[in-house]
Amino acid sequence: MQATTRSSSRPRKAFPFHILVFLVPAALIYTLFMVYPLIDSLRLSLFTNTGSGDVFVGLRNYVTLLTDDLWSPRFWGALRNNLIFFLIHTLVQNPIGLLLAALLSSRYLFGRGVYRTIYFLPTMLSVVLVGFIWQLILSPLWGISKGFLGFFGLGSLFRPWLGLETSALIVLSLISVWQFIGIPMMLFYTTLIGIPDELIEAATVDGANQWQIFWRIKFPLILPVIGIVEILTFVGNFNAFDLIYVVEGALASPNYSTDIMGTLFFRTFFGQQLQLGNPTMGATVAGMMFFVILIGVLLYTFVWQRRVTTYEL
Amino acid sequence: MNTAPTSKIRHFVGRIGSHFILIPAALVSLFPIVLVVMNSLKSRKAIFGAPLLPPLPGTFSTVGYETVLKRSNFEMYFLNSLIVTLGAMFLILFLGSMAAYALSEYRFKGDTLVGLYMAIGIMIPIRLGTVSILRLAVNLKIVNTLAALILVYTAMGLPMTIFILQQFFRQVPRDLKDAARVDGASEYYVYRLALPLVAPAVATVAVFTMMPIWNDLWFPLILAPSDATKTVTLGTQQFLGQFVTDWNAVLSSLTLAMLPVLILYLLFSRQLTRGLTAGALK
Amino acid sequence: MSRKFAVLTLVVLLAMVLASCAPTQTAQPTQAPAAEPTVAAAAPTAKAKLTIESWRNDDLKIWQDILIPAFNKQYPDIEVVFEPQAPAEYNGVLNTKLEGGTAGDLITCRPFDASLKLFQAGYLSSLNDLPGLENFSDVAKSAWITDDGKDVFCVPMASVIHGFMYNKDIFDKLGIAEPKTEAEFYAALDKIKAAGITALDMGTTDLWEAATMGFQNIGPNYWKGEAGRQGLIKGTEKFTDPQYVKVWEQLAKWKPYLSDGFQAQTYSDSQNLFTLGKAAIYPTGSWEIGVFSPQIDFKMGAFKPPLPEGSDKCYISDHTDIALGMNSKTKNPEAAKKFLEWMTTQEFAELYTNQLPGFFTLSNHKINVTDPVAQTFMSWRGECESTIRNSYQILSRGEPNLENELWAVSAQVINGDITPEAAAKQIQDGLDKWYKPAQ
Repeated sequence: MQATTRSSSRPRKAFPFHILVFLVPAALIYTLFMVYPLIDSLRLSLFTNTGSGDVFVGLRNYVTLLTDDLWSPRFWGALRNNLIFFLIHTLVQNPIGLLLAALLSSRYLFGRGVYRTIYFLPTMLSVVLVGFIWQLILSPLWGISKGFLGFFGLGSLFRPWLGLETSALIVLSLISVWQFIGIPMMLFYTTLIGIPDELIEAATVDGANQWQIFWRIKFPLILPVIGIVEILTFVGNFNAFDLIYVVEGALASPNYSTDIMGTLFFRTFFGQQLQLGNPTMGATVAGMMFFVILIGVLLYTFVWQRRVTTYEL
Repeated sequence: MNTAPTSKIRHFVGRIGSHFILIPAALVSLFPIVLVVMNSLKSRKAIFGAPLLPPLPGTFSTVGYETVLKRSNFEMYFLNSLIVTLGAMFLILFLGSMAAYALSEYRFKGDTLVGLYMAIGIMIPIRLGTVSILRLAVNLKIVNTLAALILVYTAMGLPMTIFILQQFFRQVPRDLKDAARVDGASEYYVYRLALPLVAPAVATVAVFTMMPIWNDLWFPLILAPSDATKTVTLGTQQFLGQFVTDWNAVLSSLTLAMLPVLILYLLFSRQLTRGLTAGALK
Repeated sequence: MSRKFAVLTLVVLLAMVLASCAPTQTAQPTQAPAAEPTVAAAAPTAKAKLTIESWRNDDLKIWQDILIPAFNKQYPDIEVVFEPQAPAEYNGVLNTKLEGGTAGDLITCRPFDASLKLFQAGYLSSLNDLPGLENFSDVAKSAWITDDGKDVFCVPMASVIHGFMYNKDIFDKLGIAEPKTEAEFYAALDKIKAAGITALDMGTTDLWEAATMGFQNIGPNYWKGEAGRQGLIKGTEKFTDPQYVKVWEQLAKWKPYLSDGFQAQTYSDSQNLFTLGKAAIYPTGSWEIGVFSPQIDFKMGAFKPPLPEGSDKCYISDHTDIALGMNSKTKNPEAAKKFLEWMTTQEFAELYTNQLPGFFTLSNHKINVTDPVAQTFMSWRGECESTIRNSYQILSRGEPNLENELWAVSAQVINGDITPEAAAKQIQDGLDKWYKPAQ
């Protein structure tokens, strides 16, 4: 497109002053309050505390985290749980978001503004509140869910889901899905209503039904957005922390079955009741999080973005 | 191919059918929120006895709200949150749009590198940098000021904002900008010309970046825990800790913590969706 | 035009920063001048301000309404602010603030290693020359003293005693007496369960309940209090020894008496269940007394951990739990010392013990405990041998952290996920990884 030509014709003698004016304020605040502190702390992952000061150990902390029989089960467990967390979001949040968006984008729908507002409402709440609310709802003592199931004669199906190793992580993922469904919904919706009517009318004239129109015309057009939604979900999930922390505590009970990278990092870096924080290993965990998210971002930019065609509308 | 009547029926079914999915989904979204608000207006026994019933004459009680309002400074916390959120939002959108404009508009040595550099922030948990950020704030003597929070949140919000707005600035027609340049306009004027054209995207980014700032607990706790600078989220959290077993107070403070955001959202949701749809249609 | 725009940007930026600084700086006059050394000389005339860091957010009201006003009666020139955090965040926030140099002047100390590390890192001041420290016994000070016994770094405030609280109304209705032995204990549980009431009130989702209110509560009777605790530290006893495995065996027996869905029952759920009168027996600690008393409409009682078969000597966990130290970087060391000194007095001991029933002063002053349930707990000190939680001193210094492991393992035993033997083995293996007892 045109954008690629840009202002390359401009003479490149002195660095243009106006570019600096545009970039420097943002870069300054960002560098000072984000990049510098992060790098300064990430540096710790290459050191170990011997009691009398920090000693440089190269990548040894990373080797410890990945192989030591004390650290590695926690790390791989957290990574696995985090992948499950992400997988449930991908399989539940994004398809449902797409479905809702598809239904909402129908031109003759009544009350779409109200629906849109309602679906986005939970996204506006703090994760701390959401965790607290759902803990109350699922509480075996308050009896909301039990009573609710009982209403349909299913009371015997109730289990203390948040307390069982087999279900806690799944339930927490679903709570997170409940909260954030508004984001993919909005992004899909925006794209769907941007599809020109002529395209759809032409297909209708050709005899395509709604189903075919969706898969043959709309879906290819929203494919790039699916990529964006996926990468946003990925980054968000691997940085997630608050929900697990609020509902299951820093030890990610029961028996670490809800432990994800964020909780592992927090526990390691800041410590627990009688456990002192371990900044160097904490930074190592953060370094691994950086690495994992970087892989995701690189896959997105170099694999997904190159294979998926973006159609100009 | 379709005959008129069947397509009409199909149309009708389609219109009604959507609601069979949309209404339950809406109920699922609303249920927990309604439940909390509803029970916050009931007596303690009724909260436990009949949690699914709305407050009735016999069970109605505002005792929770009385406890909350008596023992905390909610109005001031609310003002602090407002200052921090709006201040950070302003800086994020203003500085972010400038940087995004520059990155999309100009080719210069290392522009890709600068673009990548601006994305590091979304890949590392910001909590990692806590100690360094606190030290920095101490050196700048801004601990226990709202400025510390504004600056940190600005830094947190910039990467995503720049990333998204860049794409939108690329869609601004080149002719428009070049015409202005021919007329002798400065580059700053061209930016100001382009900004309104991406306003819908700016509105979207505004909402996405606002939520985490308003809801953050960690940095208020570390950087500005004094009573004069407490935010609503921090105030609520400390409040909850005090009354873990007083469910009237718990539910009331949960409601009070939710309401401002929900009201703000309801006020702006029209602008937001207009922004979103306008952005999509260009 | 261009220059104008650039200047405007800067002005707006500055204005934003200044605007957000301004109101708080005027609100806190002590903040800004304190950084300048010249002001220090003028300090005595100005009102000194002390901030207390604490995890006791439950106590906010008592500090604000009673303790601080009482202190100000004697020292009107010292302003004291109690700034508690949620317990779960306390350690992380405190450590960060200490590193950043923004922590409060007075710091609430957790017992043993957590505070010892803070002292070794130079964050806490030595309090050896603090007048009034002689009012505390060596045992009281033991939780906040260096290993060599040379430096005391926190003023002991209180200990908490473990035991079982019960709903007297339910006991009376079912004709149950306070159980003294384990056989009686289980008989009582069976009777309550048969009556359709939750017999034992405990959840495992928060983990620490299982370890603190379960394992550490009934354990001392098995490992013979201090003898067992010291044995573990010296390496003469192991968690795999029968006296420890038996404790987990007891916990495993609790499962049928817990309420439906106890796996997802949180600590506040447990508190609610008991105070609403829906559960009969609550394994807990004395700190709950003050929280519960205003909430309940039934009579509450307490009994000590029931004696195991064949033993006649009782042991209780009388845990040194809380103390107050001084931030070594405080700007008002004189005022901070005055406050700490006041904390060693009879007046403070009496106020604290009676305003927070269940927190028993560690000082040697004679105190009249007014709360009847608190009296009950206190009376056990005369009947039984006291000890503290066995994971707190020395044994939680390494990785894996013994305390964390005890939480997880005890909860799993109650859930029925692992056997008592497996629990014991996991704990001892974890300890063996890093702990080499000095022989």
